[in-house]
Amino acid sequence: MTKILAFIEQRSGQIKKSSLEVAKTAADLSQKLNGSVEALCIGNDVNSLDSIGGYGISKVNFIKNSNLENYSSAYTDLVVNFINQNNFDVIIFSATSLGRDLAPKVSAKLDCGIAVDCVELNISDNKIIATRPIYAGKALMDVTINSDKKIFTLRPNVFSAGVPTENKAEINFINAEFQEPKVKVVEIKKSEGKLDVAEADIIVSGGRGMKGPEHFKMIEELADLLGGAVGASRAVVDAGWRPHSEQVGQTGKTVSPTLYFALGISGAIQHLAGMRSSKYIVAVNKDKDAPIFQAADYGIVGDVFEIVPALIEEIKKIKS
Amino acid sequence: MKLYNKNKFDYISFEIINLLIVTGGIMKIAVCVNHVPDTATKINISSDGKSIDQAGVTYVVNPYDEFAIEEALKTKEKFGGETVAISLGGDANKETLRKALAMGIDNAVLLKDDNYRDSIAVAKALAEEIKAQGAELVFFGKQSVDYDNSVVGQMTAEFLQYNCVSVVVSFTLDGNKIICEREIEGGKEIIETTLPAVITAQKGLNEPRYASLKGIMAAKKKVIEEKPALAVNNHVELLTLKRPPTKQAGKIVGTDVTAVPELVRLLHEEAKVI
Repeated sequence: MTKILAFIEQRSGQIKKSSLEVAKTAADLSQKLNGSVEALCIGNDVNSLDSIGGYGISKVNFIKNSNLENYSSAYTDLVVNFINQNNFDVIIFSATSLGRDLAPKVSAKLDCGIAVDCVELNISDNKIIATRPIYAGKALMDVTINSDKKIFTLRPNVFSAGVPTENKAEINFINAEFQEPKVKVVEIKKSEGKLDVAEADIIVSGGRGMKGPEHFKMIEELADLLGGAVGASRAVVDAGWRPHSEQVGQTGKTVSPTLYFALGISGAIQHLAGMRSSKYIVAVNKDKDAPIFQAADYGIVGDVFEIVPALIEEIKKIKS
Repeated sequence: MKLYNKNKFDYISFEIINLLIVTGGIMKIAVCVNHVPDTATKINISSDGKSIDQAGVTYVVNPYDEFAIEEALKTKEKFGGETVAISLGGDANKETLRKALAMGIDNAVLLKDDNYRDSIAVAKALAEEIKAQGAELVFFGKQSVDYDNSVVGQMTAEFLQYNCVSVVVSFTLDGNKIICEREIEGGKEIIETTLPAVITAQKGLNEPRYASLKGIMAAKKKVIEEKPALAVNNHVELLTLKRPPTKQAGKIVGTDVTAVPELVRLLHEEAKVI
């Protein structure tokens, strides 16, 4: 019987939204494979960990220690030992900055295959087939893992966490011993109140058509109004108008929000690769032949300096 | 087991002392590089369904690896030592190794393999070579822009039992101690660790230098050492490559500001996203 483990990630004691997607996906997979599923969380004080029960997992193993609040190299050994002691076959992480660091280390320690940043997991002949984007989404790759243990990481915002039930999970506290970590986080510097493009449900991105860093104020205003994040094209990041952490595209972040605004962005192939899997794309550009219109669901051919302020006013109307 | 170094008030592990013996006391820095299609390239899938159509594809040094090369050179300039670039792949990868040499890397090694390899098989072969080279500090790009796995650096570190920090935007070495900044969602982590270590480079870490004419000429004369890559099994089987689902062409709502109310109505009522 296939034993599946969902890794639940916490930051500052809050469960990451993408971990709920992992929990639900792991639970669905265990049903399809007639297997079983549990969750594992590492941290200290974690808010409403039992809510994972609402996503179809009835047991959450919790390695709790005040020295484990922040991510460190101790996580690798703790996860590996837990997997080995309990004979899990399939382990699922979210492809967050923590998951992208931890999952490959676990995979090397277990000497097992890993498929990262998956956008689909299907079952064929009792085997899990993972679909993952390559070349920043210009192509997709189907893979299957042949080692006994298998690790998958899921791209955030792609798998649905569904609507949770009222079910509460049983918490199994684990008192695991670990050595003083050799790699540890000594400080976290948060970007003040800003939502990251990798986690945002709505992204408002500006490109060279914004003509200067000062005009990103209207991009920020629109993003704030919608509760979204500000994104940027490579051209404006290279010009120093916006920080690299906001760059969307092949040498920036690949994103899949529900709604993506491309404002004054022509749509270079590297940019399209990074955002084309967004559910809805809105483009505003004065060049009617700009490639961005090929990817957009809705477009306005026009001047961003007229359209964006009008857009802000019109959205304010429906928000009030 | 640890030794206490009275001069530095610091602990130095036996691993490092062994490394220093292997390298004759010179810090050896390795940088692992990959040869990938340029990011401006259109990707078409070849008829076998398992590789990309090579027609019209230009290959370049993996963009993130340029930051890794630069950091290796900067570290050598500051502390002395010897740098080696390692690449796993076919003969074409020599072009990327040559570029690393032209930028100032001292030596280059090609681990030859023309076949598909999964990440863990790549990491095992790289780890073996890094060990043979006696490198105690290893730089990678945070991700290769072909398969976009972003895992080989972390895996190689585990096989070497080296410390590892990935997605690094700032790197400082002080004696045995390393302080890095690592990009995370909505901020940065400040991370402390020690040598021996693997660091994977993110854009923003530095400004990669251009190869000088002198560097290019010198690189042409250097010999790239070639050896077969360690033979190991893959765990991940490539089934097929496919094109992403094509989107239906969108709707141009209008050509001036009067289209804005209709756009907002569509987003609100049709797409139901605002």
